[in-house]
Amino acid sequence: MKNEKTVIAAAGVVIGLIAAMLVFFGNPVNMGFCIACFLRDTSGALGLHSAAAVQYIRPEIIGLVLGACALSLATKEFRPRGGSAPVTRFILGVFVMIGCLMFLGCPFRMILRLAGGDGNAIFGFVGFALGILAGVAFLKKGYTLKRSYKMPSLEGQLFPFLQIVFLVLLVAAPAFIHFSEAGAGPGALHASIVISLIAGLIVGALAQKTRLCMVGGIRDAVLFKEWKLLLGFLAILISALAVNLILGAVTGTAYFNPGFAGQPVAHTDGLWNALGMFLTGFGCVLLGGCPLRQLILAGEGNTDSAVAVLGLMVGAAFAHNFGLASSAEGPTANGKIAVLIGIAVVAVIAVCNTWRKADA
Amino acid sequence: MKKIDARGLSCPEPVIMTKNAFASKEAAYEVLVDHVAAKENVSRFARHQGYQVQVEEQGEEFLLRIKK
Repeated sequence: MKNEKTVIAAAGVVIGLIAAMLVFFGNPVNMGFCIACFLRDTSGALGLHSAAAVQYIRPEIIGLVLGACALSLATKEFRPRGGSAPVTRFILGVFVMIGCLMFLGCPFRMILRLAGGDGNAIFGFVGFALGILAGVAFLKKGYTLKRSYKMPSLEGQLFPFLQIVFLVLLVAAPAFIHFSEAGAGPGALHASIVISLIAGLIVGALAQKTRLCMVGGIRDAVLFKEWKLLLGFLAILISALAVNLILGAVTGTAYFNPGFAGQPVAHTDGLWNALGMFLTGFGCVLLGGCPLRQLILAGEGNTDSAVAVLGLMVGAAFAHNFGLASSAEGPTANGKIAVLIGIAVVAVIAVCNTWRKADA
Repeated sequence: MKKIDARGLSCPEPVIMTKNAFASKEAAYEVLVDHVAAKENVSRFARHQGYQVQVEEQGEEFLLRIKK
């Protein structure tokens, strides 16, 4: 048991280091990793939305899925499973993304924003923790999306295979794939394909091995007084913070800028930062894991998680097509309405899957 | 002895089912899971609660025999 905690702490340190270094190599500031932002960029590259500032097929996503897939194949943990309320999971994915894009980041980026000194992420964290508590309350009362079942091998392999297709499209860059032009915004800021891909592969394998989950940390600590996953969360925070400070000292450019105003790819509306992450935390508990964990499980052949990721990608497209996503100027009126609708929808999903007649 | 079938359930439902089952204070429990993470999570939880856990691999499933 001790060994397990050492492993996840060590993995967290490595992941924090890689995340901080990705910014050094060209990713947007405090965005070494952001599952929400990166899926959003990929959606944009595929033309699902046309926000010119955020279009790029992110190799980190491809690497995360393939890294988890490769390790799970090697350890015989790859198992095609599915059929546990896929449409519900898709809808949860859509609204989790809308919550993330209100805050401007997934739970992973929330940690990295904290490590970069972005005080707005403290509001996000408070909302996130409250959202998890809301989900946990339903779990305790018996919330379940029912069982998944064994699926044909191909069903489990399709999502990892799709990532290879994305990689081909990224490298070949045909005219129908959209890439943000230099200076257009975060989509144009990225490390080289090789560095991003390798970073994704390593973090994907580490996350598969350790079951790292940003939602699971607080959830398991509350439910079972089990601190393993929270330890991984803290290790990433401390490691990324340390590397940011070192990078600042070495390069002369500050990577740790404590404050609220003018933080990169962030806004200062505390209430909506908190409500966005409340929606994300609540929805992720109902999904059984954070967006990173969904990618990893999808890599292991879990097609329910693959459907959740597709929901995240479509949610990102809605968020930009309907003007729901926040910007540095702050949240939009449409975004606020969408987050409130999202909290209501997620609550209804929670209620309906907690109290129902025994129909198993 | 109480049997729990937690196959196919998302995290952390297998652990919650085990936790709820422990309230019945039986001498022994059998928990059936089909995911390695669930096997680890249920085993870890049971051990923390002072139980002994034996894992039997049955094809792609794991039968966890849990007793005081």
